[in-house]
Amino acid sequence: MLELHSINRSFGERQVLHDVSFTVGRGRMTGFVGGNGAGKTTTMRVILGVLAADSGSVTLDGAPVTAEQRTDFGYMPEERGLYPKMPVAEQIIYLGRLHGMPAAEAKKSTDELLDKLGLGERKTDTVESLSLGNQQRAQIAAALVHDPEVLVLDEPFSGLDPLAVEVVLNVLKDFASKGAPVLFSSHQLDIVERLCDDLVVIADGEIRASGSREGIRAAHSSPRYELQLTGDAGWLRTETGVDVLDFAGGYALFEVDNADTAQRVLKRAMTEGSVERFGPKLPSLAQIFTEVIQ
Amino acid sequence: MTRYQSPAALPATWLVAEREIRMRLRSKAFLISTGILMLIVLASVILPSVLGGNSSLPKVAAVGSAISSVEDTKAFEVTEVDSVGEAEDLVRSEDVEAAIVPGDGPTGVTVIAFDEAPEGVVAALSVSPEVQLLDANAMNSGLIYIVALGFGLVFFMSAITFGSTIAQSVVEEKQTRIVEILMSTVPVRILLAGKILGNSLLAFGQIVIIGVLAGVGMLATGQDILLADVGPSIVWFVVFFAAGFVLLAALFAAAAALVSRQEDLGSVTSPITTLNMIPYFLVIFFNNNDTVLAIMSYVPFSAPVGMPMRIFLGTAQWWEPLLSLAILLLSTVVVVAFGSRVYANGLLRTGARVKLSDALAK
Repeated sequence: MLELHSINRSFGERQVLHDVSFTVGRGRMTGFVGGNGAGKTTTMRVILGVLAADSGSVTLDGAPVTAEQRTDFGYMPEERGLYPKMPVAEQIIYLGRLHGMPAAEAKKSTDELLDKLGLGERKTDTVESLSLGNQQRAQIAAALVHDPEVLVLDEPFSGLDPLAVEVVLNVLKDFASKGAPVLFSSHQLDIVERLCDDLVVIADGEIRASGSREGIRAAHSSPRYELQLTGDAGWLRTETGVDVLDFAGGYALFEVDNADTAQRVLKRAMTEGSVERFGPKLPSLAQIFTEVIQ
Repeated sequence: MTRYQSPAALPATWLVAEREIRMRLRSKAFLISTGILMLIVLASVILPSVLGGNSSLPKVAAVGSAISSVEDTKAFEVTEVDSVGEAEDLVRSEDVEAAIVPGDGPTGVTVIAFDEAPEGVVAALSVSPEVQLLDANAMNSGLIYIVALGFGLVFFMSAITFGSTIAQSVVEEKQTRIVEILMSTVPVRILLAGKILGNSLLAFGQIVIIGVLAGVGMLATGQDILLADVGPSIVWFVVFFAAGFVLLAALFAAAAALVSRQEDLGSVTSPITTLNMIPYFLVIFFNNNDTVLAIMSYVPFSAPVGMPMRIFLGTAQWWEPLLSLAILLLSTVVVVAFGSRVYANGLLRTGARVKLSDALAK
């Protein structure tokens, strides 16, 4: 697994990363979330060795990452970059070969990836002739061509239509399932929510939360429950230990003082009428995010 | 998962260089401008001899005893005719420039022309006093000028063409941000080395082809003597160019790394372009001035033009090109070190133009 230990980095007077530490597990899709200017891109550049950290270290399976290993990482920078006048397949093969692939293997891998990403027909077109969405797919192929040891993607989904998001998502999931650590940043919290196994939240250059998605959710969810009855739920207000937050006819959103209270409410609800729905209300990632970065 | 060993420095450099060359050779603009440059070189070598060469011996008709004296001069294309009348007919029909018939004067011949005295013919038949030159080996100044112009122009054109190619390719990578992917894949110095190598090979290839074209052109048009004079200096020119171009290429790459957009390129490369023009103008205006040429032949920027010029003029000692080449190589090493520092530091700074001092600082 890939680990960051107390990374600090300043640009001139401005410190953009403060003691950044987190872990990207093997085979885990790790979402990296933060506002604009929070330090996501800088962190990613430090992982890739494109920028040096002022202090701190990056380790892979416990050992510091060497320059040699770094050349084996796959990277998709936020501001997309491919040679505009070079045909798609040719430059992905070129990048593969720069990573040390023999020509034939680079070609094979490029063909497979482009087919998977739905760019098979456009192989010989120049990048500048592709639509933005397709350029993005080519960019993902460029990051994956050499079957990287670690994959780091800066905003891989921005600018993709929902169909393309699915295509890219499947390719990335396939890749992660082979056992590589995958770190990707995104503004689109709904996609992150759906896709990631682990989550890292950064704000003002500090890590505010990191861990498994469910863990973070549990840690940040207050004990809220939702109840939907066929009849009226007005009796809920009289229950001890219950604080009703939202109420409309048969629907109620409430907080409880402990889990037993919730069970008691459920039992009573079943005697009062028929229960259509009852369960804990988990906060959405967007809610956690706004809460955590404050 | 298969792990790929990242390529060693040399193959990686070659990969980068090979891409530069491939993309360049695919560019129509490049192919056309190279073609035009080669045509100019070929034309400037061949045309003078075609236009001013053997075929333009004046045609004359000669009669009787005049025939032998005319042929002795070897200055004419002679048509032998039987009578003066026949010769006059040829003059009237303008088949010949003049007719030469036996006459009474000290030359023993009379020249018959149509409506004006044919000066070339008269001069060839006249008796001139003997002329003795004190410096028989001196070359004519027209030839010196052409050779100076040739070296200056070829150096200037190639350096500017390939220098700006390097600069554009650096900015293209910076502008499209592919440089981030490249930097995370191969060390920056390999990127720079590959770029310089690729473009130097292209420039060098162009120079060699131009050199060979000039040589073959001279042989084909029977200017063997000229080739013997110019040949060694062309060879030295190619050698000096190789080293001098690497120096310029490093400067161009470093300058280009300071900006992020093609539009800003002009402002950072113009000082280098100007540096390039100096030797070009100097060699044209001062190709007869030994002092200026001597200084030029040792200053790294102008040595690729100055030293071959001095070799051509025969004013350089045998060791001088070697010394100058050593100076050039040494300064190339220094400039490449300086250039790669600026290049590496400039690459990730996008947006406004990076100050040179900032790029050198860290």
